[in-house]
Amino acid sequence: MGSTSAENTGTGDHTPTGVGRRDLIKRSAALGLISVPTMGFLSACASGGGGEESGENEGRTSDSNPFGVKEGSKLDVVIFKGGYGDNYAKAWEAAFQKKWGVTSVHTGTQEITGKLQPRFNAGNPPDIVDDSGAQQIPIDVLAKNGQLLDLAEVLDAPSVDNPDQKVRDTLIPGTLDAGMQEGKVVALNYIYTVWGLWYSGKLFKDKGWEAPRTWGDFLAICKDAKSQGIGGLAHQGKYPYYINVAIMDLIAKKGGLDAMKAIDNLDPRAFVGSDAATEAIEAVYEVVEKGYLMPGTNGLTHNESQTRWNQYKAAFITSGSWLENEQLKTTPQDFDMKFLPMPLLPGSALPFEAIRAGSGEPFIIPSKAKNLPAAKEFMRMMLSKEWSTLFAKEANSLTILKDGVDPNVQLRPGTQSTVEASKAAGNNTFRYLYTEWYSEMNTAIENASNELMAKRIQPKEWLKRAQAAVDKQAKDPASKQNRRD
Amino acid sequence: MRKGQHRFVAGFLLIPVALYLIFVIWPYIQTFGYSLTDWKGQSQTFDFVGLDNYTALFRDDIFRGAIWHNILFLVFIPVITILLALFFAFMVNAGGRGRSGGVSGVAGSKYYRVIYFFPQVLSLAIMAVLFGAVYRSDGGGMLNGALIKLGLVDESSPVEWLNEPGFVLWALIAVVVWHGVGFYLVLFSAAMQSIPRDIYEAALIDGAGRAQSFFRITLPLLWDSVQTAWVYLGIAAMDMFILVSTMTAGDYGGGPDHHSEVMSTVMMRNFLLYGRSGYACAMGVVMLLLTLIVSVVMLRATRRERIEF
Repeated sequence: MGSTSAENTGTGDHTPTGVGRRDLIKRSAALGLISVPTMGFLSACASGGGGEESGENEGRTSDSNPFGVKEGSKLDVVIFKGGYGDNYAKAWEAAFQKKWGVTSVHTGTQEITGKLQPRFNAGNPPDIVDDSGAQQIPIDVLAKNGQLLDLAEVLDAPSVDNPDQKVRDTLIPGTLDAGMQEGKVVALNYIYTVWGLWYSGKLFKDKGWEAPRTWGDFLAICKDAKSQGIGGLAHQGKYPYYINVAIMDLIAKKGGLDAMKAIDNLDPRAFVGSDAATEAIEAVYEVVEKGYLMPGTNGLTHNESQTRWNQYKAAFITSGSWLENEQLKTTPQDFDMKFLPMPLLPGSALPFEAIRAGSGEPFIIPSKAKNLPAAKEFMRMMLSKEWSTLFAKEANSLTILKDGVDPNVQLRPGTQSTVEASKAAGNNTFRYLYTEWYSEMNTAIENASNELMAKRIQPKEWLKRAQAAVDKQAKDPASKQNRRD
Repeated sequence: MRKGQHRFVAGFLLIPVALYLIFVIWPYIQTFGYSLTDWKGQSQTFDFVGLDNYTALFRDDIFRGAIWHNILFLVFIPVITILLALFFAFMVNAGGRGRSGGVSGVAGSKYYRVIYFFPQVLSLAIMAVLFGAVYRSDGGGMLNGALIKLGLVDESSPVEWLNEPGFVLWALIAVVVWHGVGFYLVLFSAAMQSIPRDIYEAALIDGAGRAQSFFRITLPLLWDSVQTAWVYLGIAAMDMFILVSTMTAGDYGGGPDHHSEVMSTVMMRNFLLYGRSGYACAMGVVMLLLTLIVSVVMLRATRRERIEF
């Protein structure tokens, strides 16, 4: 820092060196201070070394114990404690201990990345993880690092309820897709979810509206709502994930499964040059242009906009089936929450009943887990009727197990309407995978949607930006390994 | 030094230096090492890629935009905060007229001091929530609510403060300034109170007005404190992670469409969300360099001759 005694001229009776040193200390303290905030981030990058552990937790295998769970061993369970809480997992763990004599170390947390990333890096991960929430570790990143166990072994094991059947065959078809990375199932998305629009049965009855089946009807209701001082469509603007549900569902329903796969497979004409995408985005933009959005919805968080919707400030909102559980506290008693498949554009390839449906809440087993046998057995038991019902009771939601809920469990109106919707949909379900495969491309499309909803860009520009995100992703050599037919 | 004294001094120095080396210097070196690899952050397998991450960084529009935003913060946050704090501190301490020879604060200054200091006791996380309510994008927001009541804003199209590319940076600056002014007011007050009163009285007798006594007496005698404030605020401006990541849209903030991005938010997103940790480490190294340069420049630029009194 050059000479430190430069300012000593004329300082009376101090010795020059004395003042110089004092200044030097002061300055190095300031420099040190500056490095503090940077430090925090930098040391986040640093990590410890790896460690290997041999399988001491293996017991003898048998028909009833296909993975060789060892009594008296320990199971390290980490559960995302979000909208579903973690009571269901505690109930599971109690049942597990009773049956296998394996005690579990339970961690319920929202900070999945913060708590687990250092452990993955050090080669010391937990045995089973519910990797969800805003701070989930992206599955694609974990898979690319070889940190995830191929779950084929669990899925091909005999089912707990019916040993003649493989676990795989007891699940709702297509629900394993979301956990696929490079052709292998590495995450078990346990919760069955449907996505689409939601409305209040009470509000619709009061206003004399009918649930719309076409985009025209949908716009008509929005128009009527606006004239009565209510917003048409609300969305969780701070998180453009939600409006992308509407946009992407319209594309899939208009253009059929091919239009959806074009996006997942990074087709050079996924957006620009796709009629389905063009019509869908123009339809969504019409809502913006005509002022049918709930005022201010573009800047609201999910809690804020959903609560406004619960206060009858908007007719529709986009979301997945966790909505009801998430809004339990703010939903009025007589609100009568209802699910609605995305209304149809003229000439759509899929019927009105078609819905985006699939599985969420990925459970993973790290490949370096210490107690692999118990982790696999735990996952096998998750896919039993007993545990599935336990989940439905504690978390108020469905699992991917076919008929996995005891008929005596009474469901809330919203959940009930999703059950009916998925029955009506039958095999007409679809599910995008690019959100799981390509986090960067997903962010780019979300940003473009946010700009569109705020009227700062036009549909043409949106298509260009979305296509640019696809093209950029397609250049990444790693993206060749993800394909769907 | 006498024999034994060396050992005594060394004993005191050894442990702190060792701790500093292990917990501060070593992570820096590790980070630099990682920045030369394609590390993905979830395991210890990676390849050496040389300076690829750094060349990619130069072509990264988002990161360059983030640097630009940090620079804007660096200019506006210290300037606005220090000017306001100086003004208030002067009014509270020496701005009053009439009583005790003109060297007292304006009426009620005791209370102002407490009120101004109040924001400082709030943590940044609480501030983010508080201002989230102020800037809320519908009629329920404090600003929008007031503007709608006054008839300045149409109820059906409220201002989306944090979702407007033109407003979002200023909205964030306002929060930091609101938070900081009170603290620097107290800091400057303490310094002002150590200025001998007779200097002011002499100036007053010579017919100096408020402005003159401020610029000719207060400011020069306060320069050391201003310099300290400048460095501290510069640090805050180079960081901004908590506010941006919690208040603005997007994963780790930075929205709308990267208009409020700062270096640390881009870095966190690449590090944790995209799994491009080696690349993020390169960003970390660049951040370190930039902050060091900024601090050296700031200390140099504000260096003045010291006045003793």
